[in-house]
Amino acid sequence: MPNIIKTRNLTYEYIRRDEEGNVEGITTAVDHVSLDIRPGEFIAILGHNGSGKSTLAKHINAILNPTEGTVWVDGKDTSDEEAIWDIRQTAGMVFQNPDNQIIGQVVEEDVGFGPENIGVPTKEIWERVEESLRAVRMYAYRKHSPNKLSGGQKQRVSIAGVLAMHPKCIILDEPTAMLDPNGRKEVIRAVRALNDVEQITVILITHYMEETIHANRVLVMNEGKIAMEGTPREIFSQVERLKELRLDVPQATLLAHELRGRGLELPAGILTAQELVDEIGKISRKGNRICP
Amino acid sequence: MSIILDHINYIYGADTPMAVHALKDICLKIPDGQFVGIIGHTGSGKSTLMQHLNGLERATSGHIYYNGEDIYDDDYDMKKLRSRVGLVFQYPEHQLFEIDVFTDVCFGPKNLGLSRKEAELRAYDALRKVGLPDELFYQSPFELSGGQKRRVAIAGVLAMKPDVLILDEPTAGLDPKGRDEILQQVKKLQQETGMTILLVSHSMEDVAEYVERIIVMNQGSVLYDDTPRNVFARYKELEEIGLAAPQVTYILHELKKNGLDVDAAATTIGEAAEGIMQALRK
Repeated sequence: MPNIIKTRNLTYEYIRRDEEGNVEGITTAVDHVSLDIRPGEFIAILGHNGSGKSTLAKHINAILNPTEGTVWVDGKDTSDEEAIWDIRQTAGMVFQNPDNQIIGQVVEEDVGFGPENIGVPTKEIWERVEESLRAVRMYAYRKHSPNKLSGGQKQRVSIAGVLAMHPKCIILDEPTAMLDPNGRKEVIRAVRALNDVEQITVILITHYMEETIHANRVLVMNEGKIAMEGTPREIFSQVERLKELRLDVPQATLLAHELRGRGLELPAGILTAQELVDEIGKISRKGNRICP
Repeated sequence: MSIILDHINYIYGADTPMAVHALKDICLKIPDGQFVGIIGHTGSGKSTLMQHLNGLERATSGHIYYNGEDIYDDDYDMKKLRSRVGLVFQYPEHQLFEIDVFTDVCFGPKNLGLSRKEAELRAYDALRKVGLPDELFYQSPFELSGGQKRRVAIAGVLAMKPDVLILDEPTAGLDPKGRDEILQQVKKLQQETGMTILLVSHSMEDVAEYVERIIVMNQGSVLYDDTPRNVFARYKELEEIGLAAPQVTYILHELKKNGLDVDAAATTIGEAAEGIMQALRK
């Protein structure tokens, strides 16, 4: 199957100017990135503030156009003006602040806004609204005012709004940064379900390491380049390298790292609480056998 | 010297059909120099409570005493209170507006009526306290990174020399290193100056790592008010109200359930690692 997203030498530069408009310098936000994402993949992108991850993401639905290099979404070149609407329908985007993305007075109207805008027949709009709201488990709130929802619920409505466009790919730029722990859990659960059940390609940008452990692949950006790439296990087994890149690891991984530092023989690449509990269990049972 | 909240109630849109009882009979005492974390799900009343502490919102009933004086007294100097109790809002970098970092931080103290020289001294001091490198002082605030902008905004409040600093989700949207840097600076500030710090946060891990006392808000009331160990020991109740304990707490409880004799109340990575090693040596 062809790649849903492909970039070759994607570079994005912007010119910094001083008060009078004189050129001060050029910043390269994304620096010759070549990337292949297969349909149905779950990709997480990590990177410190200013590492270029959001700029990269904005190229995938043609909000930004490369200074150099090319981006193809489902085979279409994003710099082709004619293809822009197709591309935005194929690759939908969800942003950090749910309050900036919701426009409808009622949840179901908000979700129906996108399909209505592209001329979907009324009957089909309602079908799409229903299936999208069910997919993010917000159907019970379809008649509610978005203003009265919690942050996590609003963010799920935003996701439903993108889903109603029947995208093949969904890009989420720090969708949980403003949410409480429960809201974070709800949103991540909804995103995982889209990927598992609907086979939608997911690109998740986040600063919460725990949210990336179910991804197929993790990309770490630094200074506009892809600094690390691998499965979550491969990435998070490099605690020191991640710290150099201003990042962190999930708490279970960090605790395992601390314990190894104190002489406990734990394998590298522990990601979840359950894995750590199991490994410590093995050691404690072994210890008991040796000295009863 | 302290802040005392005495039976504070706050009702939005009182006398209308839309009335919401946002704060319900809150009684709290916050002594000087404490580092307090405030947690609660979205809409639990945390931010509303914080806005009462510097007089931005006025309670429908009840009293707030700041250093023994009732801030609702007719002759109480509200302006002075606002310079004593500094409030850093969520996404404070949206409030930066001056042409350079230094001028932006000078704005607050100048507004207090201080001389230009005094204002500049305070601005310099505040920027040093938040750890912003000197070479950035005359840059436009809009050219800084997210974490740097946030620090400039905090410096703007510190330059008012408050005795109490309230931070409403100061690390939302920052990368992990940026989160640690800001919280470490705040901790240092508390230790060096004896400033009272109130930290509103959605990150249980951050709260566990830095604060000495946690106030849990739920539906406008104080549900728990205790040390991190004691609060996070109630992780099941916390989950019911949309919160959680730090992940280490869950790991420790799970280990204990599996028969390891470990202190399950630890809330930080360091404590947990120590506890597990001890239990394994037994």
